[in-house]
Amino acid sequence: MQYMLLIYGEDSGWKTLTPEQQQEMGAAYFAFTDELRASGKMAAGDALQPVTTATSVRVRDGETLTTDGPFAETKEVLGGYYLIDVDTLDEALGWAAKIPGAAYGTIEVRPVVTDYEAM
Amino acid sequence: MRAYRDERAKSVAILGRVLGDLDLAEDAVQDAFVRAAERWPRDGVPANPGAWIVTAARNCAIDRIRREQTFARKAQLLARAEELPEDEETTIPDERLELIFACCHPALAPEAQVALTLSLVGGLATPEIARAFILPEATLAQRLVRAKRKIRDAGIPLRVPPEHALPDRLRTVFATIYLVFNAGYGPPVRRELCEEGVRLTAVLATLMPDEAEAHGLHALLLLQDARSAARLTPKGELVLLAEQDRGLWNLAQVEQGRHSLERAMSLRAPGPYQLQAAIASLHFDEEVDWAQIALLYERLAGLAPSPVVELNRAVAVGMARGPDAGLALLDEIGGLEDYYLWHAARADFLRRLGRPAAAEYERAVALAPSDAERDFLRGRQNLLATEFEQRDDL
Repeated sequence: MQYMLLIYGEDSGWKTLTPEQQQEMGAAYFAFTDELRASGKMAAGDALQPVTTATSVRVRDGETLTTDGPFAETKEVLGGYYLIDVDTLDEALGWAAKIPGAAYGTIEVRPVVTDYEAM
Repeated sequence: MRAYRDERAKSVAILGRVLGDLDLAEDAVQDAFVRAAERWPRDGVPANPGAWIVTAARNCAIDRIRREQTFARKAQLLARAEELPEDEETTIPDERLELIFACCHPALAPEAQVALTLSLVGGLATPEIARAFILPEATLAQRLVRAKRKIRDAGIPLRVPPEHALPDRLRTVFATIYLVFNAGYGPPVRRELCEEGVRLTAVLATLMPDEAEAHGLHALLLLQDARSAARLTPKGELVLLAEQDRGLWNLAQVEQGRHSLERAMSLRAPGPYQLQAAIASLHFDEEVDWAQIALLYERLAGLAPSPVVELNRAVAVGMARGPDAGLALLDEIGGLEDYYLWHAARADFLRRLGRPAAAEYERAVALAPSDAERDFLRGRQNLLATEFEQRDDL
């Protein structure tokens, strides 16, 4: 099964870290990504630019409305993701707990639809 | 009836694990029991009824899968169903433990864990569970459907967790079963939930014979349940332990509980449930050894620290060494200012010391969670007593 590990945290969280902490965090993410890739379970993964770069698009009555900012103003925002391929939720939760951001924010684990016929 | 429920749970566990779909597993097992009801009276009960049911359920599952609309799912499920035994000679493994761990998975909400465990492992019918929790049947049915769907769609495995995850996952299983029991312990009392809680711990202790706390929880529930007939009057009023009619205690069950506790302690892996069972056991003695109980609470506080455990320890110390020692300990506990039993205990110690206690009683009555407890506290205002039921919500 494929699972999306969505990394949520405070948008300003990064800026509150000291340069040493930022370096540590970066190294921790590199190490985690290497471990995940080496296990052969990683399908994709990336960090997102800060939410200040977000633009939301809605089409209503054929008209495109473009607004600055995320779709909802929340304290914790989506900061990155991993897409993994594992057998069970337990495995997915195991990887989620290892993501460095799990120690600060929240990792939402969502199974990915693979069988569109069955929906 | 009990044998039927056990066989049903075992069959659902096996089919659920192989098919990865508990809804389908339940439906197929139900079909198989309908078939059995038609055939057994006519052809006689088969030599191995459990294996007969699993085989019949396998065939019923295949019939149901063939009616599936989507090709991919159909092919996948049929391939899985082929793994199930085709003949009735195969020994059927007991996979209820795998089922219990799936039902009590932390990815499910606690109320869903409780409902699923009662439904799939306990074999209780949806209306029975709904009645026990005073919920509309539709609400409970929906809760069950959602939970089963999450198990299927999110890929919650039906298996015993690996060694490193076992202690955490076991805690959730124990907590779920204890929740079932406590929901029935009341007041108001719902006997069927207490009995089911005791039965579930018996199953767990049988399936995990080397797990000390499984025996510990079984012992604790047996011992608590042994007082059930004595702890409330016919009108539903609480009766103090010390004033309970010993003739109403289920002494055979006390023996059973003590036996389970010995079994647990022989495994030499102490835990909070064993300590609580040991405390419950001491309460059945003619002369209650309060010093020993205070010591056990101290150990419990070390293993599972909580203000409620500290409260119980303070009460035991007060009984063993006098009200001033108890009151001093009570006043050291922080965070129980809104807990009625803390005020009730203070009130009793104050009165025994000859100090004004009315305000503390009023506070306890105002905070008490049920009429039975309020009436009880009002009744205590003029009496000398400090003993409380040993019920710690860990």
